[in-house]
Amino acid sequence: MSDSNDYKNIPGTYIFDAEQSRNGYHLNMFCMSLRHEKNRTAFKADEGKYLDEYPMTSAQRQAVLDRQWNEMLALGGNVYYTSKLGACDGINFQQLAAVMTGMDVADYRAMMVAGGRPIDGNRYKSEWEDGGKA
Amino acid sequence: MAKIVAGVGMSHVPAIGVAVDGGNTGDDYWKPLFAGFEKSKQWIKDQNPDVVIVVYNDHATAFSLELIPTFALGCAAKYDIADEGWGARPVPPVIGHPELAWHMAQSLVLDEFDMTIVNDMEVDHGLTVPLSLMFDQPDVWPCPVVPICVNVVQFPPPTGNRCYNLGKAIRRAVESFDKDLKVVIFGTGGMSHQLQAERAGLINSKFDKEFLDFMANDPKSAAAISHVEYLREAGSEGIELVMWNVMRGAIDEDVNEIHRHYHVPASNTAVGHIILENKK
Repeated sequence: MSDSNDYKNIPGTYIFDAEQSRNGYHLNMFCMSLRHEKNRTAFKADEGKYLDEYPMTSAQRQAVLDRQWNEMLALGGNVYYTSKLGACDGINFQQLAAVMTGMDVADYRAMMVAGGRPIDGNRYKSEWEDGGKA
Repeated sequence: MAKIVAGVGMSHVPAIGVAVDGGNTGDDYWKPLFAGFEKSKQWIKDQNPDVVIVVYNDHATAFSLELIPTFALGCAAKYDIADEGWGARPVPPVIGHPELAWHMAQSLVLDEFDMTIVNDMEVDHGLTVPLSLMFDQPDVWPCPVVPICVNVVQFPPPTGNRCYNLGKAIRRAVESFDKDLKVVIFGTGGMSHQLQAERAGLINSKFDKEFLDFMANDPKSAAAISHVEYLREAGSEGIELVMWNVMRGAIDEDVNEIHRHYHVPASNTAVGHIILENKK
């Protein structure tokens, strides 16, 4: 049974492990709060004031305010949580995924209809080093 | 004696629920996906189970980072439908089976599977999308449900082997219940998908189809798949597939494959489905 960190060698991917979870606790719990309509309303009314209730780092706070979706993940966010911020903005999972890949939403959708991003060339970080993602 | 007669594997993509609720299942985009469940709807109607056990994962809905049970068992009489951030699905509340669920909780703990017992829980698309795919849009769901939630959000989830063995313990629990109940177990989640970061949109049909083959004919090979293999080959959220092993452990090793369906895409995800019956 492997307990290695091999999963850190997957390109374009943040695994929500213990370290990420520790770092991202308040960021994710903020996102979680948006599950409730009254909180969504309060957040939309004054984002900064609402965020004051969550003791996240200034970098996390800025990533939220700027909707830097990959940065939120890098700073400990988990996509099941950050997607609630997306939903609050009226962005669904597919639109959010497109934004995170840097693709146009229509192009991303077309890629999915054509069978999705292929696995070949996308298994290891070394495969992205020259030429970028497949 | 209660008896598990069949296992069903299927994806639980939230966009499928949106398509059902919005009346879009006949659209060009969705039609081929839903066509693969027509036979399944008839099959479960013919089976007419008394109870369905649904193995699924909560998606930051009932459980957050405040509390992360690896395995949780719903013992409530009723489960309300959650607002996951975009409003609650307009589907009936899910009716539980507390008597069977509590019996299972006792049996599983004594069998050394230390379940978290849940008496108050809202349920999200992970549970309701499988019900919609199998039971369509009834005013009330046709049978009670025992929910089993598996953590797959916080790494690491339980291993495939642990899930497979939990399935075996669930079978022992059900078979030691002293009322005659016909039970079907659903294992849900997956198939290959990645929802996050620059690799989002990953689909690995070869991996998925081999996984379906393992479900049908070689459950021990499925149970042996490592976490890193799921993450790398099936995408960071494709690790949800680990939950199919619970279903697979709860039925015979040698089963009849009744139906199989595979479709790409539903939103970001490959959709897989299999129905496996115990031989009489």
